Amino acid sequence: MKKSILSQRLGFSLLTACTAAVVGFLAIILWDIVTKGAGSVTWKFLTDAPRDGMTQGGIMPAIVGTFFATTITTVLALPLGCCVAIYLNEYAKDTAITRLIRVTIRNLAGVPSIVYGLFGVVLFVQGLRLGTSILSAGLTLGLLTLPWTITASEEALKTVPASYREGAFALGATKWQAIYTNVLPYAFGGILTGAILGIARAAGETAPILFTGAAFYLPFLPRSVFDQFMALPYHLYILSTQHHQIEKVRPLAYGTALVLLGLVLGMNLIAVIIRYKIRKNTKAV
Amino acid sequence: MDSQDKISVRNLNFYYGQVRRVTNVTIDIKANQVIGIIGPSGCGKSTFLRTLNRMNDLILGARVEGMVLLDGEDIYDPEVDVVDVRRRVGMVFQKSNPFPKSIYENVAYGLRIGGVREKDFIAERVEKSLRDAALWEEVKDRLDDNAMRLSGGQQQRLCIARALAIEPEVLLMDEPASALDPTATLKVEELIQELKKKYTIIIVTHNMQQAARISDFTAFFMLGELVEFDETKQMFTKPQKKITEEYITGRFG
Repeated sequence: MKKSILSQRLGFSLLTACTAAVVGFLAIILWDIVTKGAGSVTWKFLTDAPRDGMTQGGIMPAIVGTFFATTITTVLALPLGCCVAIYLNEYAKDTAITRLIRVTIRNLAGVPSIVYGLFGVVLFVQGLRLGTSILSAGLTLGLLTLPWTITASEEALKTVPASYREGAFALGATKWQAIYTNVLPYAFGGILTGAILGIARAAGETAPILFTGAAFYLPFLPRSVFDQFMALPYHLYILSTQHHQIEKVRPLAYGTALVLLGLVLGMNLIAVIIRYKIRKNTKAV
Repeated sequence: MDSQDKISVRNLNFYYGQVRRVTNVTIDIKANQVIGIIGPSGCGKSTFLRTLNRMNDLILGARVEGMVLLDGEDIYDPEVDVVDVRRRVGMVFQKSNPFPKSIYENVAYGLRIGGVREKDFIAERVEKSLRDAALWEEVKDRLDDNAMRLSGGQQQRLCIARALAIEPEVLLMDEPASALDPTATLKVEELIQELKKKYTIIIVTHNMQQAARISDFTAFFMLGELVEFDETKQMFTKPQKKITEEYITGRFG
């Protein structure tokens, strides 16, 4: 066989093998969690509080807690990230300072989440005296999500053709009018999907909420944003590593993992659907 | 300059960074005329056109010297509102750029951002603009369709209708037919003849036959300078300068 054909086949096989390995790992993880967790996920599991030292009952408070914390995350990260992106992409001139800001934002995305957690303690729990609460935890997760939201929003704004802005200006639009009426509507889908992906990631984080509001065990639902709360990822961490009867609660841990996985996948699915719908509506035919 | 002049440009220089793209242009443009701007690629004709409604303001590092008088008032005067200038001097771009909205909303856009709220008024003006742009008969039954579904020629006429809707006094056109097929081009050219009854039209074109067909006056640009400006008939039969003749007869360009 000719050498070029051989190297071609070799390269192709290598790439296929890499892809297969990645898909394989994902499949193994999913298989493991689904087969071992499916048995635990019943209606009662989803709607009951943990009982008998977390060896019985369900994970309702953790689901509700994660839901509330994530809502606060969204309320902080989506509008703020969107505004920062509009400023950077539409208003800021290309100077050394704005370039530094951009680099900083991208680097923030790489900061370990435990650092965000400790920062949240200093800023929200102690500094702003919000205590260990859903609010502190949600805001900390919001900070963690911001770099993603900003970057995704900026990318979305960049995909809007310059001719839309130019066309609006030529008709006597002010800068803000052009952005508001002729840029944002077409970037909104991208902004929203980016934000959802970031928030979905935040929903699965443990380290940032560890010191800022997540509770070890609270068999009732939070009554205000200043209450502590149970969260799915933290509950999972406890069930699988900190519990005194680890073997006994293993099915519950798998069930929790499955619910968390379903939640994150569900959010990603919503993002995909929104992106698809908006693409369909604004695509140049 | 006399009172008939719609636009008078005085010693206009345009710089992009350190580079001078338009050099010392002085020109008087009368109302209700079609002025064709011709010249080889990169001669600054589009750049010049865009100084007339301050679209170059959007370019970072751009600088303008000299005056552009619109009805005797300098549009670069710091007191003048650029939004007002652009509403009086409309523009149609080389590449048709309909917004991905409905046909109706495309035409209504300029009115809406100008603060017009009366529905009847908007509907009336949309129809009138589409009629003036010779597009009404083709789209009247599907005004809610997305403008992106129109053909290339229809899209460009929609952009013209959109510009007309806010009733500008001057219409700038930057090679409006360069991306169109001959039939669509002919339609746009016929349209320009109609439109000059109401508007002053300044049109950049790389097509010399087109300039000869549609314009009353022709300006020939080269290397950022206005080489010659005269009645089209004169220009295409007896140009004053040798280089104009060489360009017109296709010896370079």
